[in-house]
This record gives sequence, C-alpha cells and structure tokens, in this order.
Amino acid sequence: MFRSNSDRSIGVGRRIKKVALGLAASLVLATVAHAADDPLKVGFVYVGPIGDHGWTYRHDVGRLAIEKEFGDKVETTFVESVAEGADAERVLRKLAMDGHDLIFTTSFGYMNATNKVAKAFPKIKFEHATGYKRAANVSTYSARFYEGRAVIGTMAGMMTKSNVIGYIASFPIPEVVRGINAFAIAMRKVNPDAEIKVIWVNTWYDPGKEADAAKTLIDQGADIITQHTDSPAALQVAEERGVYGFGQASDMMAFAPKAQLQSIVDDWDPYYIERVKAVMDGTWESQDTWKGIKSGMVGFSEYGQSVPDDVKAAAEVVREGIVDGSLHPFQGPINNQQGEEVVAEGEVLGDDVLLGMNYYVEGVQGSLPK
Amino acid sequence: MLFSLQRRQQPSTFWVFFAPVAALIMTLLAGLVLFGLLGIPAAEAFYAFFIEPVSSLYGLSELGVKAAPLIIIATALSVGFRAGVWNIGAEGQLIAGAIAGAAVALWFYEVDAYFVLPLMILAGMAGGMLWAAIPALLKTRFNANEILTSLMLSYVAALLLSYMVHGPMRDPDGFNFPESRLFHEAATMPVILPGTRLHMGFLVALLLVLCIWLLLSRTMLGFSLKVTGAAPRAGRFAGFSQNGAIWFSLLLGGGAAGAAGLFEVAGPIGQLLPSVSPGYGFTAIIVAFVGRLHPVGVLFAGLLLALSYLGGESAQISLNLPVAVTGVFQGLLLFFLLAADVLILYRVIPRGRRPVIDERTREASRNQPSQAHRSEGNT
Repeated sequence: MFRSNSDRSIGVGRRIKKVALGLAASLVLATVAHAADDPLKVGFVYVGPIGDHGWTYRHDVGRLAIEKEFGDKVETTFVESVAEGADAERVLRKLAMDGHDLIFTTSFGYMNATNKVAKAFPKIKFEHATGYKRAANVSTYSARFYEGRAVIGTMAGMMTKSNVIGYIASFPIPEVVRGINAFAIAMRKVNPDAEIKVIWVNTWYDPGKEADAAKTLIDQGADIITQHTDSPAALQVAEERGVYGFGQASDMMAFAPKAQLQSIVDDWDPYYIERVKAVMDGTWESQDTWKGIKSGMVGFSEYGQSVPDDVKAAAEVVREGIVDGSLHPFQGPINNQQGEEVVAEGEVLGDDVLLGMNYYVEGVQGSLPK
Repeated sequence: MLFSLQRRQQPSTFWVFFAPVAALIMTLLAGLVLFGLLGIPAAEAFYAFFIEPVSSLYGLSELGVKAAPLIIIATALSVGFRAGVWNIGAEGQLIAGAIAGAAVALWFYEVDAYFVLPLMILAGMAGGMLWAAIPALLKTRFNANEILTSLMLSYVAALLLSYMVHGPMRDPDGFNFPESRLFHEAATMPVILPGTRLHMGFLVALLLVLCIWLLLSRTMLGFSLKVTGAAPRAGRFAGFSQNGAIWFSLLLGGGAAGAAGLFEVAGPIGQLLPSVSPGYGFTAIIVAFVGRLHPVGVLFAGLLLALSYLGGESAQISLNLPVAVTGVFQGLLLFFLLAADVLILYRVIPRGRRPVIDERTREASRNQPSQAHRSEGNT
C-alpha cells in the first residue's frame, strides 16, 4: 500500500509537468493521431480497491511493473472499485475517450461492457481478464488458478485434523467451481475422509462478509480455511481463532503469520509487459491466454512456519508434476457428488469442459447454487 | 462549547436558500485542506470533480443516466418520508422490479413487437410494488416496523436475483456464467440522445418530479399525507387513514423503485446480471434528505450526487487519486449539505451571548419551561 502510494505521488508530479507542456503541445499536435514519442496510455479498471491485498492489488502490481519497464514511454491510469454493471461501461468509455491505447478490465463482470465499448472504439485495444467473449480488438486472459488449488488442496488434506475444510466462494461461475473441485480432488487423493464445506458470499470483495463466513465455517468444525474472494479477512479470522488458512492471489503472510500455510500468488507482470510491448511494436492481436504454474502466472509464497517437511515435499511433488505435465489436476478417476464416475481412470478433462464446469465433485458438501 | 443552538420560531428564509451555498463553500475549503495535504493542486481537483464530467454533451448525458434512477426513487420515497413511512428497502424493490421486467423481456425473447417494452415497464412497477406490499401488509396487519422489514427484504431480493441469474434466467449459451441473455432490440429503452446512453428513464424522472410536486402541493391526498406525517393525531382527528398512508407510500416507492430497476436492466445494462444496481435504492434515501424531501430539491440533489460519482471517477482517471480520497470528498460534500440545513431551523449563538428572545419564544417558554431549557442545553 505504502509503496504504491509513493509511486502514485511521483506519477502526479510527472503529470502536472506534463499538463503544462501538454497544453501547448496539444494545440500543435491536436490533429496528429499518435506521435511516435507520445507515451502509450494504458488504463486499468479494478473491481476492488488496490488496497485489497489480494486480486486487485496484484493487478496493480502488474500496472506498476509496466511503468517500471517502460518508464516515460507509458502512462498508466487506474479506476478502483468500479461496480460490475452500468457503471463499468461509463468508466470504460471515459478511459477510451481520454485517449488510452490499451485498456485492461480485470473482472469477469466487465465482459459485456468491455465488448460494447470495444465495438465503439475499434482502434483501442482491450484486454479482459477471465471472460470468454473476444473481438478483433478484445483479447481475454486468465490464469489456471486451479493448478494452484491442487497444490494447496494436497496440503490441506494432509494437515486437517477435523477433516473439514472451509471454503469461502464468491460467485458460482465455472472458474470458482473449478477451483473448489481441483482442491477437493487433490485433497481426497491424500485424505479420502476430508470434506469441503462451501459458503457463497456473492461478492468478490467484502471483508465483513468474508470474515463472517470464515467464522461460521470454523464454528462448523473447519480447521483450515481457504477462499476465492479478494481480501485477507478470512485469514485474519483464522489467525485469531488459531486455525490454518491459505492466502489468495497475493502473499498474505503479514496478516496471518501463524495461520497462513501457503498462498497462491497471481503474477500478471510478464503478461502485462508483453502485451504493452506488442501494442508498441504493432504486433498486438486478439488472443486468448490461459497460463498456469509452468509459465509463472500462478506462483506461490513461502511455506508457513507450521508446515511440516513431509507436507512441503508432497506439495512440491504436485507442483513439479503439474509443471512437467505428468500430473493434471483433473485426471481421472473423478467421481461426482453422488459417487458416480464422471472421468474414467487415465482420462483428463479437456479445457472445453473445464471452462463450463457446473457440478461439484466428491468431497464437496452441499449443492451448487442454481 | 463555544456556541449553542437555539430553535427558531420559523424556518429562516435566508438560510433555506443560502445553506447549500454555505455547504458548497465549506466543502471547497475542506477540499483545499484535503488536496493540499495530498500535494495535489486543489484547482485541478475541483475541476476534475465538478466541471470536467459535465464539460461535454456526452458527460451531461451520462449525468442523466446516473441521476435518473436516483431521482425516480428519491422523489417517490420523499412522499413516504413526509408521511412518516420509512421505506428503507427501495434497493430490494428495485431488484424485484428488474427481475419482473427482465422476465417479460426473456419471455418475449426475439419477439419484435411494440408492446414488449411497455409490458416490461408495467411488470417492473408491479414487481417493485409487490415487494413493497410485504412490509405494508406486515405494518398494517401486525404493526411490524417497516424500517426493518423493508430493509431485510432487500437482502432477500438480492439473493432472489442471484438465484434467477444462476438458474431459470441464465443465458443458455453463456457457459453457465450467471447472467441472462442480452435483451432484444424491442426490449431495450429508447435512447433520447443519439450516440449516448441517455434513455427515456430520464424523462420519466422529470415527469415524476412534476407529478409528485403537484400531488404534494395541490391535492387533498398530498395534504393528508403531510398531515399524517407531521402530526399523526391531528391526521386521525381529520379522518385521514393512517393505513391508507402506509399503503400508498410503500406502493408508490415500490412502484417507482421497480420502474427504476427495469430502466437500468433495459437501459444501460441490457441484460440481467448478478448485481443490477450499485446501491441506488440506498443512495436515494440520502438524495431525498439532501433534497429536503421536496421534489424539486430531490431533482437537484439527484443531479448533484450523480455528479459527485462521475467526478470521483474523473478525479481517479485524470489525477490518479485513490477511490478512498474521492469517497472522502463525496462524504464531506454530503456532510456539509445536511449539516448546513440545521441553520434553517436553528440559530447559532456564540458563547456568552444571551439567546435571542422574541415575544413568542417567551410565551412558549412560560408555558413549557422544561422544553425551553432542553433546547438551550441541546448542543
């Protein structure tokens, strides 16, 4: 938080100078579309505040990486806590009209707004995270977070004593269901008695709700908490109540030095730098990116102090297996909640199925909200 | 205490008009300090907040898009608040209206007929009214506090919406993602300014302001509502039905909120999403009070609040201000607006000076000594 603040104030100072110079320059250059030494303007739309210390924070780290990499050649802006819905389109249009060349929209709910605005501004490039609708000037990108879930699921299965894992989930979209299932499959492999209890909070970012859900899950016997929401609130509750938990999207060790066993860390920096470079070189094309542990897009924090060596070793085996391709988180046999085999031994679920995943596997309690 | 407040005999005409100006001046002064501490030129910040968002036709149209639901809901709510009916659940009524209207749109999916949109609007209003009828029934039948019931029903509505977009109304070609199909052309609000998102809903808002103003100032019904709110006993003696006021206020608020919800999904959003409103139903309560529960005041308050949202975004984009700072600035604005209104009914007396006593006050304090004492100590 502090680091991004100081970076911002530098940005403001630079901007004021630019305003003064720019006023004169813009009169002369008003009709020139894009002078060669003009900085590339890159905009970001965030669903939460950059201080969420999770999802949005990591995207903002990616934005700062762009600034660091390209210096004066780029100018970045961001808008925080933009509601998914009618407001998103207005913010996007505003960024487009303000002369941004490349705009990242970092939440699923911005999908239709992104595509609508992209249609109206065909020269501007858009990058939408976690969606599935693309156009000539709209790319999509996401990370295979479920690979990370397989690693932490393994650890949870080995470390739980009550055999109840609490899972705080945001919205029942395939991405989240996939994460729960990958976690469950890996957990069951090492501990066939463990079960997952899920609470849906219907929000990406609401520390109050996230904390309440964590308390409820702990009261129901969970001794390990994991979440698909954006803040460290659940981990803080875990720390307070003396149970374990996993960080999400970002290393949350500072919030739960005892409770955090491990954290999945999203690393958007290389991708963001690559895409900005592509726009600068004129090689940007609409594409779909879905990368995992191997590429580094899904990374990990250090292990927590309470993780025993055998658990570390098992987690490393899973991680290395995913990297070298010998292990797939959705490798058969996989049973659904009724115990029926949905994926046979030796088979692996394809991306097309994973992208539309709408059922729970064995080991997850309750039913998927429909 | 450096000063005390003394209740005026009559609202001050001067402060009725000058309070907002004073509030604005205070906001600008506080802004100077706030932005000064952050090292941002205040002039640039004020420009980004108040001028830049409305410096183009497109900006003005977006102001209308953002203000329309606030004005529609707040105007209707203010009638209820005048009548002493505290409908805090407009957000839920908005959502219920959005669901009902969207159901019609999806039922007639790909039916390109003129009747689809009017039917959706009716369904939206009916949905909102139905949702508001529950607290009305509970209040009139069981004397259940409508503040609690209407507020709690908002969360029920949000979960109902969640159920709908994850289940029955989910886009069959949407890879199980929770959203409905995009509405067909015939099921979307006509845009009144080509090239923008400004839709019919804004005209409805203006029309509603006019209608409610006529209702409150020119009709017996409006008079009876005001009396019921200001002096319930007097209202009862005059034969005005308390239950009637409750039903009317809640159905009016619910219908307006339902229509506003439908305008959102059939307008700028164009489909049903897991969240269709960034809290318009709750913000409208602030708008109603900033507008002093008067339709024309609400109109301006709605525009002002919409401007503060747009200004917050524009300050984030052009000055890289964090959302927390823009939020604080919005809060300051609302705080001063509501705080300045105290000057309409109260007089500020510096410490050491005697309270201003006119004939009627003296008379009043003779009759009710304890009352007068309380108002002096009430600082």
